[in-house]
Amino acid sequence: MAQESHPKTVPTAPPRRLSNAYQNWYRFSRNPTAVIGAAIVILAILAALLAPWITPYPEHVGAVVNFRARHLPPSAEYWFGTDNVGRDIFTRVIFGLRISLLLALVVLGIAIPVGTTLGLLAGYFGGWVEVVIMRLTDIALAIPPLVMALAVAAVLSPDLINSMLAIAALWWTWHTRLIYSITRQLRTQEFVEAAETLGASKFHILFREILPNCVSALAVKTSLDAGFVILVGASLSFLGLGIQPPTPDLGTMVASGSAFLPDYWWESVLPGFAILIVALGFNLLGDGLRDLFDVQEVR
Amino acid sequence: MSAMLEIVGLTKLFPVRNGFGRKTGDVRAVDDVSFSIEKGKVYGLAGESGSGKSTIARMIMGLAKPTGGDIRLDGHSIIGETGTRAYGRKVQMVFQNPGSSLNPRRTVGQSIAVPLAAHGTPGGEHRRRIAELLEMVQLPADFALRYPHELSGGQKQRVAIARALAVAPQLLILDEPTSALDVSVQARVMDLLVDLGRQLGLTYLFISHDLSLMRNFADTVGVLYLGKIVETGATASVFEAPQHDYTRLLLASVPVISAEEEAMRPTIPLIDGEIPTAEQLIALRAAVSQRIEK
Repeated sequence: MAQESHPKTVPTAPPRRLSNAYQNWYRFSRNPTAVIGAAIVILAILAALLAPWITPYPEHVGAVVNFRARHLPPSAEYWFGTDNVGRDIFTRVIFGLRISLLLALVVLGIAIPVGTTLGLLAGYFGGWVEVVIMRLTDIALAIPPLVMALAVAAVLSPDLINSMLAIAALWWTWHTRLIYSITRQLRTQEFVEAAETLGASKFHILFREILPNCVSALAVKTSLDAGFVILVGASLSFLGLGIQPPTPDLGTMVASGSAFLPDYWWESVLPGFAILIVALGFNLLGDGLRDLFDVQEVR
Repeated sequence: MSAMLEIVGLTKLFPVRNGFGRKTGDVRAVDDVSFSIEKGKVYGLAGESGSGKSTIARMIMGLAKPTGGDIRLDGHSIIGETGTRAYGRKVQMVFQNPGSSLNPRRTVGQSIAVPLAAHGTPGGEHRRRIAELLEMVQLPADFALRYPHELSGGQKQRVAIARALAVAPQLLILDEPTSALDVSVQARVMDLLVDLGRQLGLTYLFISHDLSLMRNFADTVGVLYLGKIVETGATASVFEAPQHDYTRLLLASVPVISAEEEAMRPTIPLIDGEIPTAEQLIALRAAVSQRIEK
C-alpha cells in the first residue's frame, strides 16, 4: 500500500497587512464628494498644463481680432461662444485656469511654509514667542486680503506678481493659527516629552515629531484654501488688479464680458462658471479629505 | 553599596488660583520626599493616582521643575542639569501609556533612532543598533518598519523600553509601565524588565499603584500618600508588617485569591470614597500631617 503522505497542516500565512496607502485609497474612493472634488481638481490641473494642445484655437490667447466672429453664441464650433473681438471663449477659459492655479500655487507655496513654521514655534515654545507671533497673526488677520491687494496695487502697480505677494503676505495667518492649535495639544503628549528626555533637538521635535502629526490637517486646509485663493484672485482680476490683457484670466473675462450682459451672457457667465467649478472642486476635495483623515481642527 | 540616586526633601507646589487669577494657596503635590536607590536595586514607589508619583518621575527627568529639595545622581546634585543630553545618557524613562509615548506617525525604527542620533551614534550603524535593541526586548528586527498602530500594547511598551535603553542608561524610571496593558501581557513585560535589569545591571525606580507587582519586583518600597512618603522599608517587611494605616489600606485593597493570602489580609476599617480634590486637600492638610506624625 502506497504510503499516504499526510499533508502537513498548512502554515497559515501571516495576515497580509493592507498598506496604509491602500486603505486610505479605499476609504477615499467610497466618499463621493471627495472623488468628485479630486476629479475636478485633477481635470483642471491637466487642462491647464495641456492647454496649448487641447484647446481648439490656441492662437486666440493673444491679441487676435476676428470681427466677423464676434459675439457668437455657444455652438459646436465655439463651445463657449466668442467674445467682443471674436476670440474663442473656451480656449481662453482653459488658458485662464493657468493663471488661477498659478496664483493658488504661489500663494500657498509661500503661506504654508511660513505659516506652519510660525505656528510650530508659537505652539511649542509658548511664552513671549507665542505672544509675539500670535499677536502679529491677529493683526494680519484683521486685514482683508482684497483690501491689502488694492493697497499694494495702488502703491506699486496693478499686476499679477504684486497681487500674489499681497495675498501671500496675509494668507499665512490661517496656517499659523491652525498649526498653533494642533501644536499646543501635541506639546504635552508623552511622545513629545519622550523625545525631549531622549535628547532630541528642538528642530527634530518641531519638524520630525510634531509636524508629521499636522500633515492631514494641513492637507485639508490647503485644499480648502486653494479654492478660496482662486476666488480672491478672480476678484482681484475682476477689479483689474490681476494679470493684464490680452493674457486670458477668468476674473478679467467676467469683468469685460459683463459689459455685454444680458444679450451676450456667455461672455461673462461661462468664465464665471469655470471659477465656480474649480473653487468647488477644491472645496469638495478638502471636505472629503477632512472626512478621510477625521480632522476636526479645520473649520 | 552606593546610592545611585538620592532624593532629598523634594517638594513640588502647584499654585491654586481663584477665578480672578489670584493665588489662593498651593497644592503640595510632592511634599518633602526623600529616598535613595542603591545601584542595581529596584525601588518601588507605591501610591494611588494623585499621590504625586508621576510628578516625582517628571522632576527626576527634568520635565517639571522642583519647588525645593535636591536630586543627586552618584553623589552630584543634578538640579538644573536634568533634561540635558549628558544627563539623559544616564537616566531614562519608560512612560505609562505606550500608545501615546510613541509618535503615531513614525515607525518603530524611526522612534528608536531618535536617541541614537541625539547621542551621536553614526547614521550607518542605526540599523544594526535598532535590530540589537529590538532583539533585547524580544521583538523581531522587522518590527522596525512598522507603525505603532500595527502593534499590540505589550509590543509597543517593549519598543518604548528598547528606545529608553538605546542610550545605555544606568537608571531607568518606570512610570506605571504596565498599567495600560492586560494582566497576561503585564507579567511578560515585567519578566522582561527583570531580565534586562539583571543583564545590564540596571537600577530601577518603579512607580506603580499595583502592589502585587511591586511585591514581586521591588527590593525596597516607599508608600506615597498625598505627596508624602508615609512608609518605607524592605519590600518584605512593609508587606508583612505595614506600619501606617494608609499602607494597610492599600494592602487590604489588593485583590487576593489564595486562602493563604486571604489570611494575611489585614482587617481594618476602610476609608470610604475618593481621593480628595486639590481644594479639599489644602483643607485636609493639617489633619493629615497630624496623622502622619502619629
